[in-house]
Amino acid sequence: MSDVMAAEHEYEAQFGDYFALLKPRVMTLVVFTAFVGLVVAPVQVHPMIGFCAILFIAVGAGASGALNMWWDADIDAVMKRTARRPIPAGKVTGQEALGIGLALSGFSVVMLGLAANLASAALLAFTIFFYAVIYSMWLKRATPQNIVIGGAAGAFPPMIGWVAATGSVSLEAVLMFGLIFMWTPPHFWALALFLKKDYDTAGVPMLTVTHGRRVTRAHIMAYTALLAPMAIWLGFTQIGGPVYLTVAVLANAWFVAGACRIWRRDEAAAEADGYRSEKAFFQFSLLYLFLHFLALLGDAGLRASGVM
Amino acid sequence: MAIRAEHEIHRRRLSRNVGVGLMLFSFILVVFGLTVVKVKQLGAIQAFDHVARPELVPPVDKN
Repeated sequence: MSDVMAAEHEYEAQFGDYFALLKPRVMTLVVFTAFVGLVVAPVQVHPMIGFCAILFIAVGAGASGALNMWWDADIDAVMKRTARRPIPAGKVTGQEALGIGLALSGFSVVMLGLAANLASAALLAFTIFFYAVIYSMWLKRATPQNIVIGGAAGAFPPMIGWVAATGSVSLEAVLMFGLIFMWTPPHFWALALFLKKDYDTAGVPMLTVTHGRRVTRAHIMAYTALLAPMAIWLGFTQIGGPVYLTVAVLANAWFVAGACRIWRRDEAAAEADGYRSEKAFFQFSLLYLFLHFLALLGDAGLRASGVM
Repeated sequence: MAIRAEHEIHRRRLSRNVGVGLMLFSFILVVFGLTVVKVKQLGAIQAFDHVARPELVPPVDKN
């Protein structure tokens, strides 16, 4: 009874607060890319099995998000962007997040293994370990390349979707991985260029802080230049087609041009127009990834309907 | 006999309890649906069930 009395004046965590631990916005991206990976695979998957595979991949991603929030609660609290997450906001305790994260990790891996196959389950387990342990615990606070490593975790879902359908990794899966992997650094560094203060106060070694903004601009250019050929290469594999190639060529031309603009500018010019190029590049980067995967779906649709 | 005692905590935790309930119920549906699909993919399943089933005996090559 005394527990109940003591709890009466505290905030009661609602269902939505626990759901927020799973990073629903990241999850939508995971669901979308895993779905594309599964659908474009050359093996027919029963819709119910496909649905379950994507559901459990999403739960696994959510679990790793909860583990990340448990570990990073101290830095989330000092960054404006993340201060309203459930733990720093005082809605959910860190221990609850840890419990939910661990339980859902085990649950999602086992269920994906039963629904699809063991290879995809192993890959999902590795992804969760990679994001929660290698990225969050070891490298995020230790190296300014943290974004690159974190990007790898986000790049796994289409590969897991592909493996859930086919049972093994192939060139197409690796290129889909590479597309997200190479896209993440320019995407985040563009954000870091115009969201200056946050990472400084949290003490996370962002490239903008450790090596300066000039180096960051050069890195955005370098990663974008490596991203473009990889994105176009995917168009020449068996999952590519006219829709994808058109989108890839146009989107990458814009992206490389945008990276060039960022690279050529100095801080004075960026300050003068309120980081217009950087903001435009960041906004387009969201569309960039969406368009590429949508185009893959488009080509898969053309093949399924017998047009190609 | 139904539990009639109402405590304020029932109201406070309503969203949690309803949410968990719905999750568990949908999980049952998912596992059931998955099972139906998986079993159907096995094709026709028969076994000797106390009665001899001639159609299960592999054909003997007479040559």
